[in-house]
Amino acid sequence: MSCCTTGFSQEAAVTTSDGLKAGLLAELELGARHLEDGTVNYLVAVPAMHCGNCILIIEQGLNGMAGVVKARANLSLRQVSITLQSAEVPLAPIASKLDELGYKPQAMGDAARQTKDETLRGLLRAVAVAGFAAANVMLLSIPVWTGADGATETLFHYISALIAVPAVAFAGRPFFISALGALKRRRVNMDVPISLGVLLATGMSLYESFIGGGQAYFDAAVSLLFFLLIGRVLDHMMRSRARQAASRLAQLASKGGMVVSENGEIHYLPLDGIRPGMVLRVAAGERFPVDGTIIDGASDVDRALVTGESVPVAIGPDMGVEAGTLNLTGPVDLRATRAAQDSFLAEITQMMAAAENGRSAYMQVSDRMAKAYAPMVHLLAFSTLAGWLIYTHGDFHRALTAAVSVLIITCPCALGLAVPVAHVVSAGRLFANGILMKDGSALERLAAITRAAFDKTGTLTTGEPSVSSTTIPPGEESSLARALAMRSVHPAAKALAAALRGHAIAQVSDLHEVPGFGVEATAQGRKLRLGRASWVAELAGENSPAPRQTNVAFALQGGPMRFATLSESLREGAAELVQSLRAARIESLIMSGDGAPQVEAVARACGIAEAHAGLKPGNKLALLQAAAARGEKVLMVGDGLNDAPALAAAYVSIAPSSASDVGRMAADFVFTRDDLSTVAFAHQVAVKTGRIVKENFALAIIYNVFAVPLAMSGHLNPLIAAVAMSSSSIIVVANSLRLQLLQSEAPSFHEAQTPLIMAHAA
Amino acid sequence: MNGLVFLIPVALGLGGLGLAAFLWSLASGQYDDLDGAANRILHDDD
Repeated sequence: MSCCTTGFSQEAAVTTSDGLKAGLLAELELGARHLEDGTVNYLVAVPAMHCGNCILIIEQGLNGMAGVVKARANLSLRQVSITLQSAEVPLAPIASKLDELGYKPQAMGDAARQTKDETLRGLLRAVAVAGFAAANVMLLSIPVWTGADGATETLFHYISALIAVPAVAFAGRPFFISALGALKRRRVNMDVPISLGVLLATGMSLYESFIGGGQAYFDAAVSLLFFLLIGRVLDHMMRSRARQAASRLAQLASKGGMVVSENGEIHYLPLDGIRPGMVLRVAAGERFPVDGTIIDGASDVDRALVTGESVPVAIGPDMGVEAGTLNLTGPVDLRATRAAQDSFLAEITQMMAAAENGRSAYMQVSDRMAKAYAPMVHLLAFSTLAGWLIYTHGDFHRALTAAVSVLIITCPCALGLAVPVAHVVSAGRLFANGILMKDGSALERLAAITRAAFDKTGTLTTGEPSVSSTTIPPGEESSLARALAMRSVHPAAKALAAALRGHAIAQVSDLHEVPGFGVEATAQGRKLRLGRASWVAELAGENSPAPRQTNVAFALQGGPMRFATLSESLREGAAELVQSLRAARIESLIMSGDGAPQVEAVARACGIAEAHAGLKPGNKLALLQAAAARGEKVLMVGDGLNDAPALAAAYVSIAPSSASDVGRMAADFVFTRDDLSTVAFAHQVAVKTGRIVKENFALAIIYNVFAVPLAMSGHLNPLIAAVAMSSSSIIVVANSLRLQLLQSEAPSFHEAQTPLIMAHAA
Repeated sequence: MNGLVFLIPVALGLGGLGLAAFLWSLASGQYDDLDGAANRILHDDD
């Protein structure tokens, strides 16, 4: 169980300034719940919690502390509930203790704060009630079918009614509410025929019981509800699991900033409290919370998530920065130029809202079926009624019985299960392979794509550069360069450190980072520098010109200049993904905000023919809308803020888990692995699911073809209805389980958790 | 017929007992952290 001890050290280099901690405490205080007995309850997100041992470490560590009444860890939700004696007990030592134990505490996102899933509980209660009723009514029905005499039959019908009527009223509510909602909006969903069937079956059975007739369908009504509710619970659990995982990722984002007031004090303000003109201090390794102008300090910024540019940019006083870009090397003060809600981010959000209208027009296949199926069923029932009235010269009771039994037998038990069961099984398959799905309709849309559009930086490439060639000779110079490179969080330095992994780390002193330029140190009385070529050249003995495409230089005082060339490393499986999509007759294209040379290099490496470079968010959106107008169904795979409108506008969209918050929100799928071949797997699963769903519908309709003539001719009885309904449901579920057999070539989930460093070393 | 008079209430009562037990366990939060419960059993002092 060594998983608990890692994870912390990597993050420590990037964050944990005192400023961040104050901000965290302020956010935690906001979520406090004051209980009646004077104690205070806090919920703290702990994303690093992985295993049973973590529970033990956290609970033992916190429960021994002064002022802590109780600390209880929840492994499923990755959060700790901490109860303190009173509001006076300070929270700071507890947060520090968690940090010390190796579990970095984080504030809960708003969505995750609702810990108890009330919908799921309601559904589980309904399943329990329906299950109880179905079992007991079925038990009472068997003696009736096998020929109980008149008095016993009537008694059993009464008891059945006593159980079934309250059960239907309670367990049927989710369907009735959904059906009413759809009817109010003048639409028909699958819940309309379900509700109608259940209510009519119950109503007719009640009437038959009281006049002493033999046709009671209580068992059909309650077992139908039971089966359908199970499907609904599975569906809900799948979606809330995906949502939780997504919100856990969202917790990593900064939701406020450290504001420097006029008298020099620093305090934390949430994002919507920051006004234009305020001065903010942003530490190295943090993202800029708002758009602003640098007033003090120098640093490098990584703009990859915002603009798609892969190379970090040096910034200094009077230069502008966008919200969401990452401050890499030095702390800076900036003056906010726009409030958060007016920032670049907000423009993107507006663009997304406009783009998303297109997608809501998509109708799920089950709703399309319902739209075609419901009128047909109602027409059949009506013609049965009319036919029997004419045939029997006005025997209304017989005609109505036949018509209602048509509605009962066509009540889409198997139809209602056809889609959710297939979707749940495939969502499980996707989840096990590191793909989170927002809802079932996304799966249907993914199966229908005709083109695939990719962002470059962070999507086709890892977003982190790697060293492709270097002139640093092995031996002492490599050891020194490695010592310097390890000091910086600049992507170029990290790449160089990884490339020089095989060399020893030399002893250096006076090591410090010069923001915007590089790292400087002293070794054996000689200065040495690693960084920007012009800055390193000041120190070097000779001023040899940097070769083209050089990204980082290194020199000892008076020594020769050494260079390293960086290139973007392709994500694993990128070329394979393009090939496997081509095999499915789906052509790929690149849409990037980066410059043409970088984009073309990646396009060549992946074998993509069509590449667009230098695109702004609006351009990407326009390209997709033009494609949609031509009737193309485009899959968009992207990660950045600049991709968000395109992700929202595309027919279906996928984002890596490293994507910006907004990007992840806009996407239908999020994949948590580094390997792009999971996207190909998702497409395969989607296509296969589409086929299974169609088969399920076909099976359900075949059963109707046999059963409906029986019902129309008045020969239906409760035994036939019960057998036909159960068997068709079981066949549909069994058919859906075939999706489990689909093999993926990707490695198992745990193998994919190996640190990124391993991948770079290889 | 006489047997039915008490057997059916007994059957329903037992079923109802199971239902009540499930609803109680649901309300008392026993399904809130299934992964955690699976791991806690391995700890001696919990």
